Amino acid sequence: MEIRISGLQKSYGDHKVLDNFSAVLPVGKTACIMGPSGCGKTTLLRILMGLEKADGGRVEGIPDKKSAVFQEDRLCDNLSAKTNIRLVCPKRSVDEIEEGLRTLGLYECMDQPVREYSGGMRRRAAVLRALCADGDILFLDEPLKGLDDEMKEITAGYIRIRAEGKTVVCVTHDREDIDLLGADQVIQMNYRK
Amino acid sequence: MTSTISSNRKKSKIKLWAAAVWLIVWQVVSMRIGQEILLVSPVAVIRRLLELVQTAVFWQSLACSFLRILAGFLLGMISGVLLAAAAAVFLRIDELLEPFVQTVKSIPVASFIILVLIWVSPENLSVIISLLMVFPVIYTNVRDGIRSMDRKLTEMAELFAIPISYRIRYIYASQILPFFRAGCTLALGLCWKSGIAAEVIGLPENTIGENLYNAKIYLNTPDLFAWTLVIVVISVLFERFFLWLIDLGVKRVERMG
Repeated sequence: MEIRISGLQKSYGDHKVLDNFSAVLPVGKTACIMGPSGCGKTTLLRILMGLEKADGGRVEGIPDKKSAVFQEDRLCDNLSAKTNIRLVCPKRSVDEIEEGLRTLGLYECMDQPVREYSGGMRRRAAVLRALCADGDILFLDEPLKGLDDEMKEITAGYIRIRAEGKTVVCVTHDREDIDLLGADQVIQMNYRK
Repeated sequence: MTSTISSNRKKSKIKLWAAAVWLIVWQVVSMRIGQEILLVSPVAVIRRLLELVQTAVFWQSLACSFLRILAGFLLGMISGVLLAAAAAVFLRIDELLEPFVQTVKSIPVASFIILVLIWVSPENLSVIISLLMVFPVIYTNVRDGIRSMDRKLTEMAELFAIPISYRIRYIYASQILPFFRAGCTLALGLCWKSGIAAEVIGLPENTIGENLYNAKIYLNTPDLFAWTLVIVVISVLFERFFLWLIDLGVKRVERMG
Protein backbone atom coordinates (compact mmCIF):
# COMPACT_ATOMS: atom_id res chain seq x y z
CA MET A 1 0.00 0.00 0.00
CA GLU A 2 1.23 3.45 -0.83
CA ILE A 3 0.00 6.97 -1.50
CA ARG A 4 0.30 7.85 -5.17
CA ILE A 5 0.50 11.43 -6.33
CA SER A 6 0.58 11.74 -10.10
CA GLY A 7 0.84 14.80 -12.32
CA LEU A 8 -0.50 17.24 -9.76
CA GLN A 9 -1.07 20.76 -11.05
CA LYS A 10 -2.17 23.90 -9.26
CA SER A 11 -2.10 27.56 -10.23
CA TYR A 12 -3.29 30.76 -8.56
CA GLY A 13 -4.05 33.05 -11.46
CA ASP A 14 -0.97 33.12 -13.65
CA HIS A 15 1.25 31.78 -10.90
CA LYS A 16 1.88 28.09 -11.30
CA VAL A 17 2.48 26.57 -7.86
CA LEU A 18 2.54 22.87 -8.73
CA ASP A 19 3.48 21.72 -12.19
CA ASN A 20 3.11 18.03 -12.86
CA PHE A 21 4.22 17.01 -9.35
CA SER A 22 4.42 13.25 -8.82
CA ALA A 23 5.54 11.15 -5.88
CA VAL A 24 4.89 7.88 -4.11
CA LEU A 25 4.69 8.04 -0.31
CA PRO A 26 5.12 4.91 1.80
CA VAL A 27 2.28 3.93 4.14
CA GLY A 28 3.26 3.58 7.79
CA LYS A 29 6.44 5.61 7.27
CA THR A 30 7.48 9.25 7.56
CA ALA A 31 7.90 11.19 4.34
CA CYS A 32 9.32 14.69 4.43
CA ILE A 33 8.77 17.12 1.59
CA MET A 34 11.46 19.75 1.61
CA GLY A 35 11.86 22.97 -0.27
CA PRO A 36 12.29 26.73 0.05
CA SER A 37 9.46 29.00 1.19
CA GLY A 38 6.92 29.62 -1.56
CA CYS A 39 7.70 26.48 -3.56
CA GLY A 40 4.21 25.03 -3.02
CA LYS A 41 4.76 22.70 -0.06
CA THR A 42 1.75 23.92 1.88
CA THR A 43 -0.44 23.89 -1.23
CA LEU A 44 0.59 20.28 -1.87
CA LEU A 45 -0.20 19.37 1.73
CA ARG A 46 -3.59 21.10 1.54
CA ILE A 47 -4.44 19.13 -1.60
CA LEU A 48 -3.42 15.89 0.13
CA MET A 49 -5.53 16.87 3.15
CA GLY A 50 -8.50 17.42 0.84
CA LEU A 51 -8.83 21.10 1.74
CA GLU A 52 -8.01 22.30 -1.76
CA LYS A 53 -8.70 20.97 -5.24
CA ALA A 54 -5.91 20.46 -7.72
CA ASP A 55 -6.29 21.81 -11.24
CA GLY A 56 -5.10 18.51 -12.60
CA GLY A 57 -3.53 15.19 -11.63
CA ARG A 58 -4.54 12.50 -9.13
CA VAL A 59 -4.03 11.56 -5.53
CA GLU A 60 -4.77 7.98 -4.47
CA GLY A 61 -4.57 6.11 -1.19
CA ILE A 62 -5.23 8.89 1.36
CA PRO A 63 -7.09 7.40 4.36
CA ASP A 64 -10.36 8.98 5.51
CA LYS A 65 -9.27 9.56 9.10
CA LYS A 66 -6.84 12.44 9.02
CA SER A 67 -4.93 14.46 11.55
CA ALA A 68 -2.78 17.54 11.05
CA VAL A 69 -0.56 20.28 12.36
CA PHE A 70 -1.44 23.25 10.18
CA GLN A 71 0.91 25.99 9.08
CA GLU A 72 -0.89 28.22 11.61
CA ASP A 73 -1.75 26.57 14.92
CA ARG A 74 -5.53 26.78 14.40
CA LEU A 75 -6.32 26.42 18.08
CA CYS A 76 -9.51 27.80 19.63
CA ASP A 77 -8.06 30.77 21.50
CA ASN A 78 -10.64 30.89 24.27
CA LEU A 79 -10.25 27.21 25.15
CA SER A 80 -7.49 25.62 27.21
CA ALA A 81 -4.88 23.35 25.63
CA LYS A 82 -6.57 20.36 27.26
CA THR A 83 -10.00 21.28 25.85
CA ASN A 84 -8.53 21.98 22.42
CA ILE A 85 -7.10 18.47 22.43
CA ARG A 86 -10.21 16.81 23.82
CA LEU A 87 -12.26 18.48 21.13
CA VAL A 88 -10.65 16.30 18.46
CA CYS A 89 -10.48 13.13 20.54
CA PRO A 90 -13.28 13.15 23.15
CA LYS A 91 -12.92 9.41 23.77
CA ARG A 92 -9.21 9.51 24.62
CA SER A 93 -8.47 9.21 28.33
CA VAL A 94 -7.63 12.36 30.27
CA ASP A 95 -4.55 10.60 31.70
CA GLU A 96 -3.16 9.99 28.24
CA ILE A 97 -3.68 13.62 27.24
CA GLU A 98 -2.13 14.86 30.47
CA GLU A 99 0.87 12.60 29.93
CA GLY A 100 1.39 14.27 26.54
CA LEU A 101 0.96 17.73 28.04
CA ARG A 102 3.56 16.86 30.66
CA THR A 103 6.04 15.60 28.06
CA LEU A 104 5.71 18.74 25.96
CA GLY A 105 5.97 21.06 28.98
CA LEU A 106 2.37 22.24 28.95
CA TYR A 107 1.05 20.46 32.03
CA GLU A 108 1.33 23.46 34.38
CA CYS A 109 -0.72 25.68 32.09
CA MET A 110 -3.02 23.06 30.53
CA ASP A 111 -6.18 24.72 31.88
CA GLN A 112 -5.25 28.23 30.76
CA PRO A 113 -6.81 29.57 27.55
CA VAL A 114 -4.31 29.13 24.73
CA ARG A 115 -4.57 32.83 23.84
CA GLU A 116 -2.33 33.35 26.88
CA TYR A 117 0.33 30.99 25.47
CA SER A 118 3.56 31.95 23.74
CA GLY A 119 4.06 30.99 20.08
CA GLY A 120 6.13 27.94 21.01
CA MET A 121 3.57 26.73 23.55
CA ARG A 122 0.79 27.05 21.00
CA ARG A 123 2.84 25.08 18.50
CA ARG A 124 3.39 22.26 21.00
CA ALA A 125 -0.33 22.23 21.83
CA ALA A 126 -1.13 21.97 18.11
CA VAL A 127 1.36 19.09 17.71
CA LEU A 128 -0.09 17.24 20.70
CA ARG A 129 -3.63 17.71 19.38
CA ALA A 130 -2.62 16.16 16.07
CA LEU A 131 -0.92 13.24 17.84
CA CYS A 132 -3.88 12.57 20.12
CA ALA A 133 -6.42 12.64 17.28
CA ASP A 134 -7.14 9.19 16.00
CA GLY A 135 -5.99 9.72 12.41
CA ASP A 136 -4.60 7.08 10.09
CA ILE A 137 -2.45 9.71 8.41
CA LEU A 138 -0.70 12.65 10.02
CA PHE A 139 0.04 15.81 8.04
CA LEU A 140 2.65 18.12 9.51
CA ASP A 141 3.28 21.60 8.15
CA GLU A 142 6.50 22.92 9.71
CA PRO A 143 5.66 21.22 13.04
CA LEU A 144 8.77 22.46 14.86
CA LYS A 145 8.42 26.09 13.77
CA GLY A 146 9.04 28.59 16.56
CA LEU A 147 10.48 26.07 19.04
CA ASP A 148 13.88 26.46 20.69
CA ASP A 149 16.52 23.76 20.13
CA GLU A 150 15.73 21.81 23.29
CA MET A 151 11.98 21.84 22.67
CA LYS A 152 12.52 20.91 19.03
CA GLU A 153 14.31 17.75 20.12
CA ILE A 154 11.72 16.86 22.75
CA THR A 155 8.78 17.52 20.40
CA ALA A 156 10.33 15.70 17.43
CA GLY A 157 11.16 12.74 19.70
CA TYR A 158 7.58 12.63 20.94
CA ILE A 159 6.24 12.77 17.37
CA ARG A 160 8.49 9.83 16.45
CA ILE A 161 7.20 7.75 19.37
CA ARG A 162 3.49 8.60 19.04
CA ALA A 163 3.38 8.41 15.24
CA GLU A 164 5.27 5.14 14.95
CA GLY A 165 3.62 2.88 12.41
CA LYS A 166 1.45 5.71 11.09
CA THR A 167 1.76 7.43 7.74
CA VAL A 168 3.32 10.84 8.31
CA VAL A 169 3.64 13.49 5.61
CA CYS A 170 5.68 16.45 6.75
CA VAL A 171 6.62 19.59 4.87
CA THR A 172 9.51 21.75 6.01
CA HIS A 173 12.22 24.02 4.69
CA ASP A 174 14.60 23.08 7.50
CA ARG A 175 16.94 20.08 6.99
CA GLU A 176 17.43 19.81 10.75
CA ASP A 177 13.71 19.02 11.16
CA ILE A 178 14.05 16.10 8.76
CA ASP A 179 16.87 14.60 10.83
CA LEU A 180 15.02 15.18 14.08
CA LEU A 181 11.85 13.55 12.77
CA GLY A 182 13.81 10.56 11.39
CA ALA A 183 12.28 10.75 7.93
CA ASP A 184 12.18 7.51 5.94
CA GLN A 185 11.82 9.39 2.67
CA VAL A 186 12.78 12.91 1.61
CA ILE A 187 11.28 14.61 -1.44
CA GLN A 188 12.86 17.81 -2.64
CA MET A 189 10.66 20.53 -4.16
CA ASN A 190 12.08 23.50 -6.01
CA TYR A 191 10.84 27.06 -6.29
CA ARG A 192 8.95 27.78 -9.50
CA LYS A 193 9.23 31.23 -11.11
CA MET B 1 -26.28 47.11 6.84
CA THR B 2 -23.42 46.41 9.21
CA SER B 3 -23.40 44.90 12.65
CA THR B 4 -22.60 46.60 15.91
CA ILE B 5 -19.84 45.15 18.02
CA SER B 6 -18.20 46.83 20.99
CA SER B 7 -14.73 48.12 20.33
CA ASN B 8 -11.75 47.57 22.58
CA ARG B 9 -12.00 51.18 23.70
CA LYS B 10 -12.58 51.46 27.41
CA LYS B 11 -16.27 51.89 28.06
CA SER B 12 -16.80 55.17 29.91
CA LYS B 13 -18.57 54.70 33.22
CA ILE B 14 -20.72 57.21 35.08
CA LYS B 15 -18.77 58.57 38.03
CA LEU B 16 -20.63 59.11 41.27
CA TRP B 17 -19.30 62.66 41.69
CA ALA B 18 -20.46 63.63 38.18
CA ALA B 19 -23.95 62.27 38.86
CA ALA B 20 -24.00 64.14 42.19
CA VAL B 21 -23.04 67.43 40.47
CA TRP B 22 -25.89 67.06 37.96
CA LEU B 23 -28.37 66.24 40.72
CA ILE B 24 -27.30 69.36 42.60
CA VAL B 25 -27.65 71.44 39.42
CA TRP B 26 -31.13 69.96 38.91
CA GLN B 27 -32.13 70.71 42.51
CA VAL B 28 -30.79 74.29 42.35
CA VAL B 29 -32.46 75.07 38.99
CA SER B 30 -35.75 73.60 40.19
CA MET B 31 -35.60 75.69 43.40
CA ARG B 32 -34.79 78.83 41.35
CA ILE B 33 -37.78 78.22 39.04
CA GLY B 34 -39.95 77.44 42.03
CA GLN B 35 -42.74 75.78 40.05
CA GLU B 36 -43.00 71.98 40.25
CA ILE B 37 -45.13 71.87 37.13
CA LEU B 38 -42.22 73.17 35.04
CA LEU B 39 -39.33 71.39 36.72
CA VAL B 40 -39.81 69.12 39.67
CA SER B 41 -36.89 68.73 42.10
CA PRO B 42 -35.07 65.38 42.47
CA VAL B 43 -36.13 65.25 46.11
CA ALA B 44 -39.80 65.57 45.10
CA VAL B 45 -39.34 62.84 42.47
CA ILE B 46 -37.90 60.43 45.02
CA ARG B 47 -40.66 61.31 47.47
CA ARG B 48 -43.31 60.60 44.82
CA LEU B 49 -41.60 57.38 43.80
CA LEU B 50 -41.63 56.20 47.41
CA GLU B 51 -45.37 56.86 47.49
CA LEU B 52 -45.92 55.02 44.21
CA VAL B 53 -44.06 51.86 45.25
CA GLN B 54 -46.52 51.43 48.09
CA THR B 55 -49.46 51.10 45.69
CA ALA B 56 -50.65 47.94 43.97
CA VAL B 57 -51.13 49.82 40.68
CA PHE B 58 -47.41 50.57 40.55
CA TRP B 59 -46.40 46.90 40.72
CA GLN B 60 -49.19 45.83 38.40
CA SER B 61 -48.14 48.43 35.80
CA LEU B 62 -44.50 47.48 36.19
CA ALA B 63 -45.25 43.76 35.76
CA CYS B 64 -47.52 44.27 32.72
CA SER B 65 -45.05 46.51 30.88
CA PHE B 66 -42.05 44.35 31.82
CA LEU B 67 -43.63 41.08 30.73
CA ARG B 68 -44.86 42.46 27.39
CA ILE B 69 -41.57 44.14 26.52
CA LEU B 70 -39.67 41.04 27.64
CA ALA B 71 -41.89 38.89 25.41
CA GLY B 72 -41.22 41.21 22.47
CA PHE B 73 -37.51 41.17 23.15
CA LEU B 74 -37.33 37.37 23.40
CA LEU B 75 -39.42 36.89 20.24
CA GLY B 76 -37.24 39.37 18.35
CA MET B 77 -34.09 37.75 19.66
CA ILE B 78 -35.14 34.18 18.82
CA SER B 79 -36.44 35.04 15.34
CA GLY B 80 -33.34 37.20 14.72
CA VAL B 81 -30.97 34.38 15.63
CA LEU B 82 -32.84 31.70 13.65
CA LEU B 83 -33.25 33.80 10.52
CA ALA B 84 -29.64 35.04 10.75
CA ALA B 85 -28.46 31.43 10.78
CA ALA B 86 -30.63 30.69 7.74
CA ALA B 87 -29.48 33.88 5.95
CA ALA B 88 -25.82 33.10 6.57
CA VAL B 89 -26.26 29.74 4.87
CA PHE B 90 -28.77 30.66 2.14
CA LEU B 91 -28.03 33.92 0.31
CA ARG B 92 -31.59 34.12 -1.03
CA ILE B 93 -33.02 34.36 2.49
CA ASP B 94 -30.62 37.21 3.23
CA GLU B 95 -31.63 38.96 0.01
CA LEU B 96 -35.30 38.47 0.81
CA LEU B 97 -35.02 39.83 4.34
CA GLU B 98 -32.72 42.77 3.62
CA PRO B 99 -35.46 45.17 2.34
CA PHE B 100 -37.59 44.33 5.40
CA VAL B 101 -34.68 44.88 7.79
CA GLN B 102 -33.70 48.17 6.13
CA THR B 103 -37.31 49.39 6.18
CA VAL B 104 -37.81 48.57 9.85
CA LYS B 105 -34.53 50.31 10.70
CA SER B 106 -35.35 53.49 8.84
CA ILE B 107 -39.05 54.01 9.61
CA PRO B 108 -39.64 56.15 12.72
CA VAL B 109 -40.94 54.09 15.62
CA ALA B 110 -43.99 56.39 16.03
CA SER B 111 -45.12 55.57 12.47
CA PHE B 112 -44.79 51.89 13.21
CA ILE B 113 -46.74 52.18 16.43
CA ILE B 114 -49.68 53.91 14.72
CA LEU B 115 -49.60 51.46 11.83
CA VAL B 116 -49.44 48.37 14.05
CA LEU B 117 -52.19 49.78 16.28
CA ILE B 118 -54.54 49.42 13.30
CA TRP B 119 -53.86 45.68 13.18
CA VAL B 120 -53.38 44.60 16.78
CA SER B 121 -55.00 45.37 20.13
CA PRO B 122 -53.30 47.96 22.40
CA GLU B 123 -52.46 45.13 24.85
CA ASN B 124 -50.23 43.45 22.29
CA LEU B 125 -48.81 46.61 20.76
CA SER B 126 -45.68 46.87 22.93
CA VAL B 127 -44.89 43.17 22.25
CA ILE B 128 -44.97 43.72 18.48
CA ILE B 129 -43.10 47.03 18.57
CA SER B 130 -40.34 45.64 20.82
CA LEU B 131 -40.06 42.62 18.53
CA LEU B 132 -39.77 44.87 15.46
CA MET B 133 -37.06 46.99 17.06
CA VAL B 134 -35.06 44.03 18.38
CA PHE B 135 -35.23 41.78 15.32
CA PRO B 136 -33.12 43.82 12.84
CA VAL B 137 -30.36 44.47 15.35
CA ILE B 138 -30.02 40.84 16.44
CA TYR B 139 -30.47 39.53 12.89
CA THR B 140 -27.76 41.77 11.43
CA ASN B 141 -25.27 41.18 14.22
CA VAL B 142 -25.65 37.40 14.36
CA ARG B 143 -25.59 37.08 10.55
CA ASP B 144 -22.39 39.12 10.38
CA GLY B 145 -20.95 37.09 13.25
CA ILE B 146 -21.60 33.85 11.38
CA ARG B 147 -20.12 35.29 8.19
CA SER B 148 -16.99 36.50 9.90
CA MET B 149 -16.24 33.13 11.48
CA ASP B 150 -12.64 32.01 11.06
CA ARG B 151 -12.58 29.72 8.01
CA LYS B 152 -9.34 28.20 9.22
CA LEU B 153 -11.01 26.86 12.34
CA THR B 154 -13.89 25.55 10.23
CA GLU B 155 -11.37 23.71 8.03
CA MET B 156 -9.64 22.34 11.11
CA ALA B 157 -12.98 21.03 12.41
CA GLU B 158 -13.68 19.41 9.03
CA LEU B 159 -10.30 17.71 8.89
CA PHE B 160 -10.48 16.33 12.41
CA ALA B 161 -14.13 15.35 11.81
CA ILE B 162 -15.22 17.08 15.03
CA PRO B 163 -18.91 16.23 15.74
CA ILE B 164 -21.33 19.01 14.79
CA SER B 165 -22.57 19.47 18.37
CA TYR B 166 -18.98 20.09 19.53
CA ARG B 167 -18.37 22.46 16.62
CA ILE B 168 -21.41 24.56 17.50
CA ARG B 169 -20.60 24.58 21.18
CA TYR B 170 -16.84 25.12 21.20
CA ILE B 171 -15.94 26.64 17.84
CA TYR B 172 -18.89 28.52 16.38
CA ALA B 173 -20.59 29.82 19.54
CA SER B 174 -17.52 31.60 20.89
CA GLN B 175 -17.03 33.41 17.59
CA ILE B 176 -20.67 34.46 17.20
CA LEU B 177 -21.43 35.31 20.83
CA PRO B 178 -19.53 38.65 20.91
CA PHE B 179 -21.69 39.79 17.99
CA PHE B 180 -24.84 38.49 19.68
CA ARG B 181 -23.89 40.17 22.95
CA ALA B 182 -23.25 43.52 21.25
CA GLY B 183 -26.60 43.19 19.46
CA CYS B 184 -28.39 42.45 22.74
CA THR B 185 -26.84 45.49 24.44
CA LEU B 186 -28.24 47.75 21.74
CA ALA B 187 -31.55 45.91 21.39
CA LEU B 188 -32.29 45.96 25.14
CA GLY B 189 -32.15 49.75 25.23
CA LEU B 190 -34.22 50.01 22.06
CA CYS B 191 -36.95 47.63 23.18
CA TRP B 192 -37.60 49.58 26.38
CA LYS B 193 -37.73 52.96 24.65
CA SER B 194 -39.97 51.73 21.84
CA GLY B 195 -42.12 49.50 24.07
CA ILE B 196 -42.98 52.33 26.45
CA ALA B 197 -43.58 54.70 23.50
CA ALA B 198 -46.02 52.11 22.12
CA GLU B 199 -47.84 52.02 25.46
CA VAL B 200 -48.08 55.81 25.60
CA ILE B 201 -49.73 55.84 22.18
CA GLY B 202 -51.76 52.61 22.47
CA LEU B 203 -52.74 53.16 26.11
CA PRO B 204 -53.22 49.56 27.27
CA GLU B 205 -54.58 49.46 30.82
CA ASN B 206 -52.30 49.21 33.86
CA THR B 207 -49.00 49.85 32.13
CA ILE B 208 -46.14 52.27 32.64
CA GLY B 209 -47.08 53.95 29.36
CA GLU B 210 -50.62 54.63 30.57
CA ASN B 211 -49.27 56.16 33.78
CA LEU B 212 -46.89 58.37 31.80
CA TYR B 213 -49.77 59.48 29.58
CA ASN B 214 -51.94 60.32 32.58
CA ALA B 215 -49.09 62.28 34.15
CA LYS B 216 -48.85 64.30 30.94
CA ILE B 217 -52.62 64.90 30.71
CA TYR B 218 -52.90 66.09 34.32
CA LEU B 219 -49.58 67.99 34.16
CA ASN B 220 -48.39 65.82 37.02
CA THR B 221 -44.66 66.42 36.63
CA PRO B 222 -43.54 64.48 39.74
CA ASP B 223 -45.35 61.39 38.41
CA LEU B 224 -43.84 61.88 34.96
CA PHE B 225 -40.32 62.03 36.37
CA ALA B 226 -40.94 59.18 38.83
CA TRP B 227 -42.20 56.83 36.10
CA THR B 228 -39.34 57.85 33.83
CA LEU B 229 -36.91 57.00 36.61
CA VAL B 230 -38.59 53.61 36.97
CA ILE B 231 -38.13 52.94 33.24
CA VAL B 232 -34.45 53.89 33.37
CA VAL B 233 -33.77 51.74 36.44
CA ILE B 234 -35.65 48.67 35.18
CA SER B 235 -34.09 48.92 31.72
CA VAL B 236 -30.54 49.20 33.13
CA LEU B 237 -31.11 46.37 35.63
CA PHE B 238 -32.61 44.11 32.97
CA GLU B 239 -29.76 44.85 30.56
CA ARG B 240 -27.12 44.06 33.19
CA PHE B 241 -28.94 40.88 34.24
CA PHE B 242 -29.36 39.65 30.68
CA LEU B 243 -25.74 40.34 29.71
CA TRP B 244 -24.61 38.60 32.91
CA LEU B 245 -26.75 35.60 31.87
CA ILE B 246 -25.08 35.56 28.44
CA ASP B 247 -21.58 35.69 29.97
CA LEU B 248 -22.49 32.94 32.41
CA GLY B 249 -23.87 30.88 29.52
CA VAL B 250 -20.65 31.33 27.54
CA LYS B 251 -18.56 30.10 30.46
CA ARG B 252 -20.79 27.05 30.94
CA VAL B 253 -20.85 26.26 27.23
CA GLU B 254 -17.09 26.35 26.89
CA ARG B 255 -16.45 24.19 29.92
CA MET B 256 -15.77 20.63 28.79
CA GLY B 257 -16.86 17.91 31.12
